[in-house]
Amino acid sequence: MSEGTRLENANPVIFQRSGERVQTASEEDEDVHDPIDDREIFDLIRSINDPEHPLSLEELNVVEQVRVKVNDAENTVGVEFTPTIPHCSMATLIGLSIKVKLLRSLPDRFKIDVCITPGTHASEEAVNKQLADKERVAAALENASLLEVVNQCLSTRSI
Amino acid sequence: MSILEIILVVINWNLLKAKLQWKGEDVHQEHQENSTFASSSICSVLFGRYVNAALKDMILKLFFHHLCQRSSYRDTMAAESTLALSLVEEFVSGLQDSKAKDAAKGVKDGKFTVLQLVEALGSSLTSSQPHTRARGVHLLSEVLQECYGDLTEREVEVLIAFYENRLKDHYVVTPPVLKGLKALTKCTNLPPGSAVSMLRSVFQDIHVQSLMLSERACVYSMLINIMETREAELKGLGADFVFGFVQSMDGERDPRNLLLAFQIAKNLIHGGYDLGKFTEELFEVTSCYFPIDFSPPPNDPHGITREELVQALRAVLTGTPKFAEFLLPLLIEKLDSDVQSAKLDSLQTLAACVSQYEHKHVAEFLQGLWTSVRREVFQTSSEKIESAGLAALTALTSCLSRSVLSSDSEDSLSTFLDFILKDCKHHLCEPDLKLVWPSAKLLQAACSASTRASHIITVAVMPSLLEQYNNRTQCSHRRTLLEVVHRFIHSVKNCQSSDNDESVLLAFREALCSIVFSALSESNSSLQITATSVLTSLAQQAGLLVESDIELALDHLTRLLLTEEDDRVSLAVVECAGALAQLHPALVITKLIPKLKKEMFTEPMNQDQEEVSELYSHHAVRQRCLSALAAVSIQPSVVQESTPVLLEVLRSAHTGSVNFSVDEVVLTCRSLQRIAERVQDSEEAGRCFHDVFIPHLLSLALQAALQDEGSSGTRSPLVEEVVLSAMVPVISTSCSRLQPTLAGQTASRAVSLFLDGDVSFLPDNSFPSHMQLLKKQEGDSWSLSRLVCLLMGSVCSLPRSVEVPQIDKLLSALEEMSCTCSHPLSYTSAAKCFAGLVNKKPQGHSLDSLIQRMMKRVCSELDSPSSSVRTQAFTLMIWVAKALLLRYHPLFTTLTDKLFSLLDDADLGPMAADGFSLLMSDSTDVLNRACHADVRIMYRQRFFSENSAKLVQGFNAAPQEKKPNYLKALSNIVNKLPKQVQVTELPALLSLLLEALSCPDQDVHLSTLSCLEPVLVNPPQVLIQQLEALINRLLALISSPAMSVRIASLSCISTLSHFPVHEVLPFRARVLRALAKPLDDKKRLVRREAVQARGEWFLLGSPGGR
Repeated sequence: MSEGTRLENANPVIFQRSGERVQTASEEDEDVHDPIDDREIFDLIRSINDPEHPLSLEELNVVEQVRVKVNDAENTVGVEFTPTIPHCSMATLIGLSIKVKLLRSLPDRFKIDVCITPGTHASEEAVNKQLADKERVAAALENASLLEVVNQCLSTRSI
Repeated sequence: MSILEIILVVINWNLLKAKLQWKGEDVHQEHQENSTFASSSICSVLFGRYVNAALKDMILKLFFHHLCQRSSYRDTMAAESTLALSLVEEFVSGLQDSKAKDAAKGVKDGKFTVLQLVEALGSSLTSSQPHTRARGVHLLSEVLQECYGDLTEREVEVLIAFYENRLKDHYVVTPPVLKGLKALTKCTNLPPGSAVSMLRSVFQDIHVQSLMLSERACVYSMLINIMETREAELKGLGADFVFGFVQSMDGERDPRNLLLAFQIAKNLIHGGYDLGKFTEELFEVTSCYFPIDFSPPPNDPHGITREELVQALRAVLTGTPKFAEFLLPLLIEKLDSDVQSAKLDSLQTLAACVSQYEHKHVAEFLQGLWTSVRREVFQTSSEKIESAGLAALTALTSCLSRSVLSSDSEDSLSTFLDFILKDCKHHLCEPDLKLVWPSAKLLQAACSASTRASHIITVAVMPSLLEQYNNRTQCSHRRTLLEVVHRFIHSVKNCQSSDNDESVLLAFREALCSIVFSALSESNSSLQITATSVLTSLAQQAGLLVESDIELALDHLTRLLLTEEDDRVSLAVVECAGALAQLHPALVITKLIPKLKKEMFTEPMNQDQEEVSELYSHHAVRQRCLSALAAVSIQPSVVQESTPVLLEVLRSAHTGSVNFSVDEVVLTCRSLQRIAERVQDSEEAGRCFHDVFIPHLLSLALQAALQDEGSSGTRSPLVEEVVLSAMVPVISTSCSRLQPTLAGQTASRAVSLFLDGDVSFLPDNSFPSHMQLLKKQEGDSWSLSRLVCLLMGSVCSLPRSVEVPQIDKLLSALEEMSCTCSHPLSYTSAAKCFAGLVNKKPQGHSLDSLIQRMMKRVCSELDSPSSSVRTQAFTLMIWVAKALLLRYHPLFTTLTDKLFSLLDDADLGPMAADGFSLLMSDSTDVLNRACHADVRIMYRQRFFSENSAKLVQGFNAAPQEKKPNYLKALSNIVNKLPKQVQVTELPALLSLLLEALSCPDQDVHLSTLSCLEPVLVNPPQVLIQQLEALINRLLALISSPAMSVRIASLSCISTLSHFPVHEVLPFRARVLRALAKPLDDKKRLVRREAVQARGEWFLLGSPGGR
């Protein structure tokens, strides 16, 4: 990268990754119904790549398991994410990636709500409003270059 | 002057005239001058119209004079000339290219000579039409290409002179001329000086880059040929040669030619040619291709890859330190590029070039290079670039370390390391930030370059790391710091392998030990794990740790083994103990083993009201002690101390003097097995196995079995079948590693024990005499009969050279047992033992009759539906079949035919289908290479190719309800084939496998999916043609009632998304719709697979995806 494209936050704090979910005997039992729980939703989003760093959202502490709330019976999912710095210009993009990942990975009975952890971003309200607006999300995904960045965040890294 | 020479000279001369005449000039004057050397021109007869009368006379005279000399073979010559003439005619005027081959053949077979050909070519070579001349030269060049080996030096010289002259001709003549010259450069008898003159004329008369592709290739090949044979002459040409080459390759665009040009440039540099003042030119003309940006067109017939070009160019650019001043700035510039491959190439080139350089070459670029490398490592998202950057830094540092310091120059190594330390060291103080790792890696890369660098860096970094560690309180920080320290120890180790200096880390020994021990005493498990690996690396540094450190370390490890509950920690501790035992066996024997032994033999406290959790934790402690004992036993001296402890455990478990659970006894056997596998081969270890191990195990098993038979009191854990099965690998592993003499003794002892009841070699000898272990026992007791599995363990794993005594008696006893006994472990073990012996029995009549006798018996049992021992007979047959398959025995087919016929059997059909899996897979305890069985390579492929057709046939003929058996058998076979074979065999079987996916048996689904999955990774064309059918069937299986089938089919669907995009894109919408359903599956594991598959399919054909 040339000098012009300096990262906004070149040396962020890194957090430890949680291990893989431990498989239980009941998960291997054909007859037991496993409900969708917080950890399962967290596992969906923790490995999303940061648009700038070669790190996952979990390692940057942008998403945390305590900020994921799911209610399987009432079909709702709520995720709060925390940008690394209050002026992070990538906040909308990160929110969009989380939202798209959940839309692709959850049954359509769920209502998915993605927003910024209160008090952690300068233009929190604007971003939240954008992410809550179905049509604006749909419109954003029509934009090829935006979709490209989102897809890159969602693909498993190969290099 | 030879005739050939004359002809060619005249041709040249005539052409010159023709040219001049055409220009309207008088050539007469020239005739006079040239007439002497054109003396005997035969050709002048032929081309008389150019020659004036006076000259003609003279020439004719000379010509006839010459002909008279050769009159002896004049007549034959006439015939030859006509043949040559007709060929020439057909080639030149008839435009039949194939005639060139005939002409070449004619010359080779001696029908006519090159001279005669030139004579015949005369008119075409001197034609006023450039195209005719080109055609003429073309024929000559084609012929020369075939026959350059037969020319004399004189002929070569003349031909070269002719061709050189032709370079000045019309441009359409040039291509065949170059071809001819190229052929001539291959001559071994090139006259001295001609190579140089040839090159001079090429460089002078030809502008290479305005030629066509193949002619340019011709020029390059000429250069390569000449450089191979005439190196000295070319060097005499001096820098002119370099200049000529630079001019001719300047602007080359074709990758094929570039490969040639790069090769020439590399030869120039490595061959020590004088580059003179053209060094920069040569660099410019090659470096303008850097970094190579080339993607071969699809289906490229030339098969040139980017990698080839990159390597060829790199060899040129990095070839000489003279390029340093030009190359290094270029690399710095290209590192700034946004293209990943350019960065990678630059870093790799940097690493390659500095290996040739000295410090004076790099001195002025150090700052720039460091800045670029640092930027890449700090910011990159690609591991490849990161590791290339680190490798480049290591190479650069070792280049600087190599150079000899002179008193006046500054020490460039320490200057450079100062840059690195200044930029990286402070990041090490921020263990929770991102840059701590890249900084540590950079420092370690420099550190591993040389001893001097590692000294400078460790002295600068280590104190602050150690201080940091002691000041930080958060475990995660401490862990990061400890990991960094660990890597430093590693990188110091890398650079120290060569010399025996005292360790760089010696000054820090105490401090390092103290942080390791403090980390081991922490309660954080990941900190403890890191500490064990640091401890291992420290111990592996020769001469670093002193005895008291090791003792302390062993104390810590013992404490952790006895108290720490976390599995990952105990695993790490066991591993570390193993590493220490390798280096310090004596200390492990005195410090570790007694403590472990004591701990294992203590009973849990207050036995009456033992709490479950306490019992559990006591079991866990024993388990850890057992695995630690196994891990430390690599050196024979340790083994001699550790195995008695383990045998003691078995004995106490048997007598009941100390309470050991069945699980613990099994684990003890596993530990013994591990020791038998890992102990270093030595006489000592063999003795230990032979004298102690095997007799004790057999004796204990026998005692337990007898006791079990006699009394109905408390059962010894040793009579449990799991324990017995765990003993088998202990015996077989130790027997398989015995030296031949000991193995022979062991074999005869085991056989006489089982056949004759000879118990004399067993310790604690209180056995009844004349036991009949292989005879049918009274009543229906199995406790003695199943000991046959121990017999199998010993006699089936001996080296093939060892002869088993009384083998015929033994085999018939085993056959009898396997066909009559009703106890599964007994009859299966007897069958396996029989098969194991059959596999090693030498080829011959006695083996054949043995097999035939056995088959007769087995078939009679199998053919009578009322027989009670059909399963037993089948088991014996399938094991013997495996034994014969492995050694390619011809009688194997008899057994397979029987097996195929059993697929239709109502009771044994499914068992027969599973039998194919047994045939194709490696067995763990017998008939494998570790047991010295006779296993031929590729027996699976052989079995498959001989039998797949039969299977398909049987499938087609079988009634509907029997078809699943065939499919199951097929998928069992295909599943075990090596992947390459699967891919090639798949086309024939694909429809059958697809059918298997839609048959109702879930096991068949699972096994078919598991053989499809590896094939899907690199799909063959035939699979792509059947894509529609495949996707339909896979999507149907998503709703299978079996969870494992759902998971397997989803994972196959996920792999499908990696097929060529244009093939799978049409299915995208359908697959995405179908995958929505399993997202709400009731099982989490299925949902996880569905999410994965759906995510991949979403990325398909989408920007930023694939």
